[in-house]
Amino acid sequence: MKYFSALAATLFALVIWQGIVTLTGLPKFILPGPALVAETWWQNRWLIAEHTWITAIEVVIGLACGTLLGVVTALQLANSRAARVLVQPMLVFTQALPVFALAPLLTLWLGYGLWSKVAMAVLIIYFPITSSFFDGLMRTPPGYLDLARTMQASKRAVLWHIRIPAALPSLASGMRLAAVYAPIGAVIGEWVGSSQGLGYLMLLANGRAKTDLMFAAMLTLGVFSILLHMIIRRATARMAGEMR
Amino acid sequence: MTPAPDLTISGSATIDDATLFAPLNLTLGAGQWTCLLGGSGVGKTTVLRLIAGLATGATFSGRITASDGLPVPERVAYMAQDDLLLPWANVAQNVSLGASLRGEKVDLDRRNRLINRMRLQDHMNKKPPELSGGQRQRVALARTLMEDRPIVLLDEPFSALDARTRADMQELAAEALQGRTVLLVTHDPAEAARLGQSIVVMTEHGLTPCDPPHAPAPRNVDDLETLETQGALLRLLREDAA
Repeated sequence: MKYFSALAATLFALVIWQGIVTLTGLPKFILPGPALVAETWWQNRWLIAEHTWITAIEVVIGLACGTLLGVVTALQLANSRAARVLVQPMLVFTQALPVFALAPLLTLWLGYGLWSKVAMAVLIIYFPITSSFFDGLMRTPPGYLDLARTMQASKRAVLWHIRIPAALPSLASGMRLAAVYAPIGAVIGEWVGSSQGLGYLMLLANGRAKTDLMFAAMLTLGVFSILLHMIIRRATARMAGEMR
Repeated sequence: MTPAPDLTISGSATIDDATLFAPLNLTLGAGQWTCLLGGSGVGKTTVLRLIAGLATGATFSGRITASDGLPVPERVAYMAQDDLLLPWANVAQNVSLGASLRGEKVDLDRRNRLINRMRLQDHMNKKPPELSGGQRQRVALARTLMEDRPIVLLDEPFSALDARTRADMQELAAEALQGRTVLLVTHDPAEAARLGQSIVVMTEHGLTPCDPPHAPAPRNVDDLETLETQGALLRLLREDAA
């Protein structure tokens, strides 16, 4: 049923798309139809695969680094009032800055290669990961903490045995959000300056009026993001308590 | 475990300068069940949390002392209405939580004996969401016993259970906690009449001691004197509210 409805929704979108192309008669360099995009995709599959691979590496490294960094930050924030006072406002401020504005800076600092894109992905997921895990850590059911206190538990033991496990479902929702955001970060990084990756391919195709190729790259990015989200969703199911 | 001491709490408590309870003096007999009965908001849970050394949000001025002069909070085991089982840990891990939290080696023999005693041996590896309310409260009781403390504080631990499970749990707890100094905070006159070796009614005017029935606790639910005591307790509670 789930697959059927996904298939039905996809077909519906394709019909609308083709309908617009047919009715308006737009030239194919403005709006290519689904059939043309599919054909272009197939002809360029190796090219697209190559660039997808680059973007995927950036996203996966970015996800791993961003999650690690976010988890460590959240633990520090939860553990120390001083950290909350000093770091939390900064965290919110970085979130208020548009990532687009930071992308050229990162390229300037880290170069045109892999790391400026990884940094973009990290930057864009750092806040959701940190804030969701931190919220989870601060919202331990008070009864658990009372119980631990009557058991003479140390602060470290409470963190390890109670607060962290109780916060894992929150971390899982942060990671699921991150799975959607990370590809956006990487692609923005590629737009600003790169010679490979799906973002680069989209810009290149667009500049040469190969709109069909641009669509093919864009749809590939979409499918990649959905797959990534599904994988992360499954991987975090245990954490989220869905398999208890 | 040190022998169960007498426990005395005397003093008053305020919340933001408003009186929560006026000066009171409550003594829990050594190795006895004391039932502290009262309506909502009279501060009976605060009394229990003060003894346990837990945050109450109230300012307490007074003393909490044990007859043997040793400190109280570190000799306390605590059981609440919510079973407070960790949903990610199985029954065995929940029972030995205290040792894990203190970084001690778990006494597996003792743990398994307690789990058998609570008739949970078939559920050792299950997690709390797979258990019934009564089973969960039995795990909580096993965890309390695993702590092996001379003072046990029970904050309405049976009030969320259905009538039959509650009666079973009351008997199981009365038997298992024998010889310890127990404070049971409850709003249920029937529970106080069944289990109290000493019964104290707490109202906003202070504490009123009540004679417990003569039969040894846990008393039968249909014991006449127990039913009379239950009635008397309820009358006391209602008079106060009027």
